[in-house]
Amino acid sequence: MERRQFLKQSVFASGMALVPSFLKGMEFLSPDQLSGYRNVIIIQLSGGNDGLNSIIPITNDIYHRARPTIAKKQAQTPKITDDLVFNDSLKMIKELYDLGEVSIINNVGYPNPNRSHFRSTDIWQTASDTNKYLTTGWVGRYLDANCQHPYQAIEVDNSLSLAMKGTTMSGIAVSDPNQLYKTTREPFFKNLVANTQKEMLDEDNQGYLYKTMLETYSSASYIYETSKIYTTNTEYPKNPFAKNLKTIADFIVSGLKTRVFYSSLGGFDSHVNQLNSQDRLLKVYAESVGALVKDLKKNDRFKDTLILTFSEFGRRVQQNGSQGTDHGAANNVIAIGGSLKKAGVYNELPNLSDLDGNGDIKYTVDFRSIYASILHNWLDVNDQTILNKGFERLVFI
Amino acid sequence: MSPSLTDKQIQHLYWRIGFGISSGHLKSARKLSKDQIIDQLFLESKQYKPLQMNFEALIKKSKDLSREERKELRQLRNNKMNELNILWFNRMVSNEQVLREKITLFFHNHFAVRLRTPRACIHLNNIIRKHALGNFGDMLMEVSKSPAMLLFLNNRQNRKDHPNENFAREVMELFTLGRDKGYTETDIKEAARAFTGWNFNKTGQFIFRKNHHDYGEKTFLGRTGNFTGEDIIKILLEEKQTARYLTTKIYSYLVNENVNQTHIEELTTLFYESNYNLETLLRAIIGSTWFYSLANIGVKIKSPIELMVGLSNPFKIEYKDPKVLLYLQRKLNQMLFFPPNVAGWTGGKTWIDNSTLMLRLKLASVTLNSGVIEWNDNEDIPENMMMRQQMMYRTIKSKLQKKVKATPNWEAFLTTLEQKEKSALINFIIQPELSKSAQALVNKIDSGETKNFVIELMSLPEYQLC
Repeated sequence: MERRQFLKQSVFASGMALVPSFLKGMEFLSPDQLSGYRNVIIIQLSGGNDGLNSIIPITNDIYHRARPTIAKKQAQTPKITDDLVFNDSLKMIKELYDLGEVSIINNVGYPNPNRSHFRSTDIWQTASDTNKYLTTGWVGRYLDANCQHPYQAIEVDNSLSLAMKGTTMSGIAVSDPNQLYKTTREPFFKNLVANTQKEMLDEDNQGYLYKTMLETYSSASYIYETSKIYTTNTEYPKNPFAKNLKTIADFIVSGLKTRVFYSSLGGFDSHVNQLNSQDRLLKVYAESVGALVKDLKKNDRFKDTLILTFSEFGRRVQQNGSQGTDHGAANNVIAIGGSLKKAGVYNELPNLSDLDGNGDIKYTVDFRSIYASILHNWLDVNDQTILNKGFERLVFI
Repeated sequence: MSPSLTDKQIQHLYWRIGFGISSGHLKSARKLSKDQIIDQLFLESKQYKPLQMNFEALIKKSKDLSREERKELRQLRNNKMNELNILWFNRMVSNEQVLREKITLFFHNHFAVRLRTPRACIHLNNIIRKHALGNFGDMLMEVSKSPAMLLFLNNRQNRKDHPNENFAREVMELFTLGRDKGYTETDIKEAARAFTGWNFNKTGQFIFRKNHHDYGEKTFLGRTGNFTGEDIIKILLEEKQTARYLTTKIYSYLVNENVNQTHIEELTTLFYESNYNLETLLRAIIGSTWFYSLANIGVKIKSPIELMVGLSNPFKIEYKDPKVLLYLQRKLNQMLFFPPNVAGWTGGKTWIDNSTLMLRLKLASVTLNSGVIEWNDNEDIPENMMMRQQMMYRTIKSKLQKKVKATPNWEAFLTTLEQKEKSALINFIIQPELSKSAQALVNKIDSGETKNFVIELMSLPEYQLC
């Protein structure tokens, strides 16, 4: 069946006719529009990933002295530069690196680092200063300023992160487009939506509830219908994280008009016996991302995609008493994409002989510089209105 | 005798200072004047009843614990935190001392602390409960000296020559004056010096460590002296801005997030001149005529706790696994004792996003009718198709339905209902005016089956408001 015709029929069959007319006009991207529609996938490694054992300064004596039992040995590790190697579990990332599709940014953090998971996660997600509490996330503010539909930022999860919440518009949380669609299609809600009139969508709280219900309804329908167009046959590893990335690939290749995707992989809080747990998680991460990139390449969408991986903080340089590491500060960030401006190791390695008072790596790149670069250089929007001030932009993208 | 209130106004009062009102209770309240209802509310909450738990299992047997023992202890603590959460939740559902509990919930958010230490958490919660209808200054002082606050905002690490400004900053920004309201970074630094030496001992008793205190001269908010932490708190209470900040916050919580500045100024002066007497402030609010005006009724988005307690109470819902309460709180973004950060839950529209809204709309049917919202509308859809759809929603159970497993007591609810007529039920269950959309829908529905009709009303977006 022709793609266009298939679209028409599926829209008709799904009962989109019931959607109030002012909500219509969500169009699908035609194949020629598909190409060039840039998106960014943000992956949070939750719990604080030990960046020093992920991308490793293997020739640094301080590294080996500080970590007598958990330092990696040169023989086990794929080389990046003469001084730097990947954790063995990151082989798939190394392959992409060799193709010039990876940029490693070192020492990313912020002034007066907070070592609490939730606080530091909030800081990263809201792009706030350490002592400011913001109630909107940076992606949410991007939606507020630049987008028309909530589904332009999708979190593949059951609940919505603070990063995705704006003042007038928030992103959509969806782990299973089918399930979300089904919930909104219950006869009772369907009838309620069908009866809803535009005049009701005032700025007051009642109007806001109806507006959110309608947006959920139409987004659920849009996501469900559009994502049916393409289901990947690329093989992904069998784990929930890979399943989420596969969902993202389906969305991108189907032509969903989504700019930002958000997903996370948890379990990185390695206070105890970290070698096994971290290596296992990094493998899950690398193999899943590897499958995603392969999938996007096959469909010629990798050139429009940027994948940003961060963690709320790095870990202490010195290992602790139980073969693990405690909460630290600055960390490395990995950018993967088909259109990087500068691949490779972006900046200087962490200076292990100049640590902060807690024995943690000092930041030299503010994480908001990375957001600013993505917003300005990649998504072509004004970064200062979204981040509330100007940050130096990097040139990796 | 003061004028009496309409049913809607009584419901309004009970939704705002509690978690709604049962049909039976409404019947008796109707016979009282406004003043009598208010007097009764304060009378019912007069005695302070602390939450109580047994912490014996948490007492460390020795100082040096093995890794397994430490892990076990951590697990025990987590269990106790869950127990504490459910204990408080059930206290709210019980409707006992409802005014005191509702104001405790307000200050639970005002003094937002997020810790994994159950003893410190219950202690702080009881301090707040004790002063909830008493004096705010006393509450502030006792909260500031509690282990929970000393731990959470690092005041015990705040020492002479090594100051930690965390508490000094937040006490002004969040607890008294409000952000950027008349204090400077220098005031924060000077206040932090005054708070040095504050700590607690093994039994959780506040102690002042002289050796850690900075006895030097400080200049704070324009005054100079050898201030201690207590002095700083007293000075903050002398600022009328503190009364204004608290009044505005309480007004937003109880009345309307769009504040009326004239009312705020009157209340602020009253509160300030009463030396921060919370009962005086609360009586002024719920005793006013404007509190009951149409503009303030049905305009507040229920917090997840208000929604859940309000739903549980009239049906005496029992959960097969009470941990479901934690699950729902987490999914709806308001887990008791786990505010997102020191600034607490923002509330209002921020409770709502696509995932929380759909869960909120489904909550009544999931807890009261295993997930089914009956739909009998013969106009639009052919009967066989409607049957098919209904069958589908009956047989395909969502994860949520499988998880929740609640047993409501419908009989208790239905037998106390005074009227089962459509408009009476709408009036009783829904606080705001129905939207056109809901009105059109409700007109079509057959209300013959009261149970189904009640669930339908509780599945409307309007039920999210109070």
